[in-house]
Amino acid sequence: MGVRAWIEGWPAVRQIAGRDPLGRGAAAKSDRSRMLRARTEDADRMVRSVCPYCAVGCGQQVYVSGERVVQIEGDPDSPVSRGRLCPKGAASHQLVTASDRQTAVRYRRPHGTEWEDLDLDTAMDMIADRVIETRRRTWEDTDENGRVLRRTLGFASLGGATLDNEENYLMKKLYTALGAVEIENQARI
Amino acid sequence: MAECHPVGFQWVMEAKARGATIIHVDPRFTRTSALADIHVPLRAGTDIAFLGGLINHVLSRDLWFREYVMAYTNAPMIVREDFRDTEDLDGLFSGFAEQTRHYDPSTWQYEGADVAAAAGQRDQWALMHRDEEAGERSAAGRRTEKASSMETAGAAGGRFHGHPERDETLQHPRCVFQVLRRHFARYTPQLVADVCGITEREFERVADALTANSGRERTTAFAYGVGWTHHTVGVQYIRTAAILQLLLGNIGRPGGGILALRGHASIQGSTDIPTLFNILPGYLPMPHAHEHLDLDGYVSADAGSKGYWGNMDAYAVSLLKAWWGDVATADNEYCFGYLPRLTSSHSNYDTVVKQVEGSCEGYFLVGENPAVGTSNSRMNRFGLANLTWLVVRDFNMIESATFWKDGPEIDSGELTTEDIATEVFFLPAAAHVEKDGSFTNTQRMLQWHHKAVEPRGDQRSELWFYYHLGRIIREKLAGAVSRETPTPEQAERDRPILDLTWDYPTIGEFAEPDAEAVLAEISGWDGEGRPLSSYTQLRTDGSTRCGCWIYCGSYAEGVNQTARRKPGREQSWVAPEWGWAWPLNRRILYNRASADPDGAPWSERKAYLWWDAEQRKWVGHDVPDFQATKPPDYRPPTDAEREDAIGGSEPFIMQADGRGWLYVPTGLADGPMPAHYEPAESPVANLLYGQQANPARRVFPHRLNRYAPSGETPGSEVYPHVFTTYRLTEHHTAGGMSRWLPYLSELQPEFFCEVSPALAAERGLEHGGWATLVSPRAAIEARVLVTERMRPVTVGGHTIHQIGLPYHWGDNGLSTGDSANELLPIVLDPNVHIQPTKADTCDIRPGRRPRGRARLALVQEYQRRAGITAETGTEAVTRRGGPS
Amino acid sequence: MSFTLDERLSAPLMDPAAEAGYAEHPPRMGFFTDTSVCIGCKACEVACKEWNAIPEGGLDLTGMSYDNSVGLGASTWRHVAFVEQATPNRDAVDLGMPSVPQGALQDDRELRWLMASDVCKHCTHAACLDVCPTGSLFRTEFGTVVVQEDICNGCGYCVPACPYGVIDLRPGDGRAWKCTLCYDRLGAGLEPACAKACPTDSIQYGPLDELRDRAAERVDALHEAGAEQARLYGHDPADGVGGDGAFFLLLDEPEVYGLPPDPVVTTRDLPAMWRRAAVAAAGTVAAVAAAFLGCRR
Repeated sequence: MGVRAWIEGWPAVRQIAGRDPLGRGAAAKSDRSRMLRARTEDADRMVRSVCPYCAVGCGQQVYVSGERVVQIEGDPDSPVSRGRLCPKGAASHQLVTASDRQTAVRYRRPHGTEWEDLDLDTAMDMIADRVIETRRRTWEDTDENGRVLRRTLGFASLGGATLDNEENYLMKKLYTALGAVEIENQARI
Repeated sequence: MAECHPVGFQWVMEAKARGATIIHVDPRFTRTSALADIHVPLRAGTDIAFLGGLINHVLSRDLWFREYVMAYTNAPMIVREDFRDTEDLDGLFSGFAEQTRHYDPSTWQYEGADVAAAAGQRDQWALMHRDEEAGERSAAGRRTEKASSMETAGAAGGRFHGHPERDETLQHPRCVFQVLRRHFARYTPQLVADVCGITEREFERVADALTANSGRERTTAFAYGVGWTHHTVGVQYIRTAAILQLLLGNIGRPGGGILALRGHASIQGSTDIPTLFNILPGYLPMPHAHEHLDLDGYVSADAGSKGYWGNMDAYAVSLLKAWWGDVATADNEYCFGYLPRLTSSHSNYDTVVKQVEGSCEGYFLVGENPAVGTSNSRMNRFGLANLTWLVVRDFNMIESATFWKDGPEIDSGELTTEDIATEVFFLPAAAHVEKDGSFTNTQRMLQWHHKAVEPRGDQRSELWFYYHLGRIIREKLAGAVSRETPTPEQAERDRPILDLTWDYPTIGEFAEPDAEAVLAEISGWDGEGRPLSSYTQLRTDGSTRCGCWIYCGSYAEGVNQTARRKPGREQSWVAPEWGWAWPLNRRILYNRASADPDGAPWSERKAYLWWDAEQRKWVGHDVPDFQATKPPDYRPPTDAEREDAIGGSEPFIMQADGRGWLYVPTGLADGPMPAHYEPAESPVANLLYGQQANPARRVFPHRLNRYAPSGETPGSEVYPHVFTTYRLTEHHTAGGMSRWLPYLSELQPEFFCEVSPALAAERGLEHGGWATLVSPRAAIEARVLVTERMRPVTVGGHTIHQIGLPYHWGDNGLSTGDSANELLPIVLDPNVHIQPTKADTCDIRPGRRPRGRARLALVQEYQRRAGITAETGTEAVTRRGGPS
Repeated sequence: MSFTLDERLSAPLMDPAAEAGYAEHPPRMGFFTDTSVCIGCKACEVACKEWNAIPEGGLDLTGMSYDNSVGLGASTWRHVAFVEQATPNRDAVDLGMPSVPQGALQDDRELRWLMASDVCKHCTHAACLDVCPTGSLFRTEFGTVVVQEDICNGCGYCVPACPYGVIDLRPGDGRAWKCTLCYDRLGAGLEPACAKACPTDSIQYGPLDELRDRAAERVDALHEAGAEQARLYGHDPADGVGGDGAFFLLLDEPEVYGLPPDPVVTTRDLPAMWRRAAVAAAGTVAAVAAAFLGCRR
């Protein structure tokens, strides 16, 4: 920047020389204000999504910068929502980026008084063992009248309404193959 | 709707701007009422009386849509001579067995025909008949099976044995139309006003607006939330609305219908592809236990089934092929034997009771928080504390994960941390922006959400969790890990898992299963592995695979149809190219009814689908929910089967008779028509019948689940007020997705109750102060909002106060408070096992609740004063003047 | 284009951006908040906070109906007021507002629940801007009024200057904050976050001229439907602040919503004050001179 341009950049000079004699508009505009851009303009990408709260199914635009979600707003293309969101939908960015959201597996041993750390792979292995063990111990081939049951009532599952169809599908498929029938979700609650 | 579905409410506001009259019927004056033209503050739990009054209004003044009703409903069918109505039996229908609390529906049938239940009950229907013929099983055994037959409400349907007698003049005294007319004759404006606590003028205002806005030129839509389903007569609430809408010709037409406003992103999807005990994907029933049951028996061996449910065999075989692949062959009945069998209800609340009793040792909680969100949350926590192992998958440390450390029962001293043996695994979940997948919204539309970023740390999708859990279990059972050799019996038991098709491609460093590959399996393939485009392509010979027949075509042509996003403004108002709606991208179900029997639109204004005689096919704004080339004058031959048995002027193609049912000859556990019963817990006696509550409701007598005396039973005055629970715009269900968010928590930072100035004055409650609420289950405290939006109603000369309780809170997170659901009883609708949350009784008193053991003592003191025993509130049949 | 001092400070002014030195500029943009369709969902509050990364403002249950954010402030740039009104029943036509429960116990009472999303008015004559000694507050090329966080030194002169009580200092931060009408989004051709989120289009964003026309039509329609209480607020260029860049359709008196009935730019009398000050100063000078002169005597 030349000295002349530098001096012309002074607000007082702009105010006296320009069309803003009271210095309340163009002359007062700061460098930051001049450079200001919407963060959605500079996002690396915009990804189409759907609001995770109620079942209206509002379209969402998810803006990502540096592999972080930087903004979530309504998708104007959606014939369902026309770009609008309710307070919960509008808070989705906070939902997914909240600093206190859990990121690590936590484990409480039987009779334990505190949470403990646990490696994810170990947790998965332990859970698989629990399922196998409970299933074996509580398996029912038939009832007392000889009717075929082929099942376990030893473990149950609750959840699905907040999940994807594909997730519910794998859940139902796996549980049914395991012989588990006490599978329920919010649809009944 | 403005409260819980604000963005959906934009369309209501748009309709209003175009002249629509918005009517809000709700005990509370909410943000919806504030924008409605008419608000009817009826007493909680009296909607059947209100809707029944509207039905009577329509019938008694001949305001029904004659041509529609004659052609499209079962009004002409003649009901059996031995059928007895609630009007004859003081609130019971014929066939009720007090001992078993169940109805035998045989007298509800049509004359000249047995109608088998919906697809969901067929298996049991066949079984009942066989048992009756054989007479070989104990009465108790039969009872169990009949009970379970009513517990598997699948999709609509029904199948005829024989041909029902009909009277097309609707004059026969036993035709459905006349039965209906008599049944609702006592639901007069005066009675509605008395039961609902409103004025006749208010009722008539609604009746006039509704009937003026129905017919050829105009349609009226009903929208409801769990305010209609959370009752012990919830299914009958919807039935009442269905009868009314059929009489007015408002089903299958644009601007009509009965719209469920569902509250979770994919709660519709998790019903279609059910994480529910009684159904398989696409509303196929889970099989019940038999000595011998083969695939044919399951589908029902009888030939001649009519309507699209006639193809259930193709849907079932294709599902089994999708799950067990090449192992599933005609010789082994496509592995039908691999499916576990039901013996009774295995609903959530049955599980809770079993957990408390110690017979259910493991539990997965996946995006659910029963310690806050479920009725009698206290009993739920006792269940959690009695498990061997518990897996919680959520975003935050919800109350259901931390109950062992800081639950209310730790504070009260009823449980101690060291004594709780439950092993708890908390696994952090990935959010919607961190995974690919589809949600099915409340209008049955699947929409794909794309992954934007990777989850952090140990956060994973459920797709990842269940895929890898299955993979690890399979590896272990295959001996790859333990290398132990299973016994032959054990090997046989493990085969369903080891034979399962479980080879999904994975992506990325976390080995995330490819969600599109799962959708492709749900949508299905033909024998050559080509994607299917329609469920009409499904075959019974094992050549097709399809994980959910109603979703067949969602991956047609190998393209993810659910990810279609042609902007709404660039297509027709129906927007068929945004997402994909089941079935076959139809946006309005039964849309054949938008045209008259001859195939012409009822009116130009309401034209939606019509028969084009030149092209010889159905055309219009939507995909026909009908065989596209079946002409209106098609009359099925008497021996026709499946969809061919549906006539060209019969729009309700999932029903065996192609008709909308004003009267339900089978398939419901609590009557062929709705009748007004008081809620299980009510401060008033039923003004209509000696029968106080739904006689077939399911009760769970347990020391943790005591019921309040109801109606005229002594002790009911101890819990004199009605309370109703609900959500606020600013929070989401049990709070797992809202109470941890500062921006939502600051908008509704604390649990509160809403009371009228009259109740506040009567009980000394101070605005902004504290109140304690007591039910037979629990005592909770809440801040008090005194507001004229809550109004007492007068019923039978008594003032009834109604208390409003939003239910989002627990002790964890930023916005905290007691859970309103602590107060609720576990007592269920017998059809769908849903609990009442909208109309129960309690007492309210000023001040904070007692701490520690004193809290329980207060609850017990109330129980004693009310004389509550294990039997209180469990009686099935009641007569005037108290329980029989 | 030239402007008189009165035009610059208080008289009707057609083009505030030009007055502020923007030779070529986009049309003046603003908000029309139609409270007759507000459902009180508070999406505007959250969308605003998300976009502008505003801190949480406190977790207190106020008992003011469903309003727990109390009012506009440094950390609340959109605020939804909830007004529960029970009035004697005027036998009701359908007003767009329900006339309630003719049947229930208090059948002589009519209940309304008014909801309105308040925001900075972006006045034509903005006193906050006039009194800002640092040039932090400035008028943008869109005619809106924005605090520049890189300039503000937290002096707080703007706070009492605002006739609506909108702008405030943020505790801990010290600087003044208020609605920017999403200045950064406007530059990108986007609408402000609150207007975009608003489910029922209660908050409408656009060129102020168009909004004023639309608002006039809406008021007429409501009057025709019998809602004779409907009126516009802040739309009039001849009012005490020269008209607002964010104006409202209300269903009752402004005071009912907590809005001042007749706001006046607090710097309206500045020229006169300066003149008086000048006279006073001259008098002082004269007196001092006289005193000096007197001394010499």
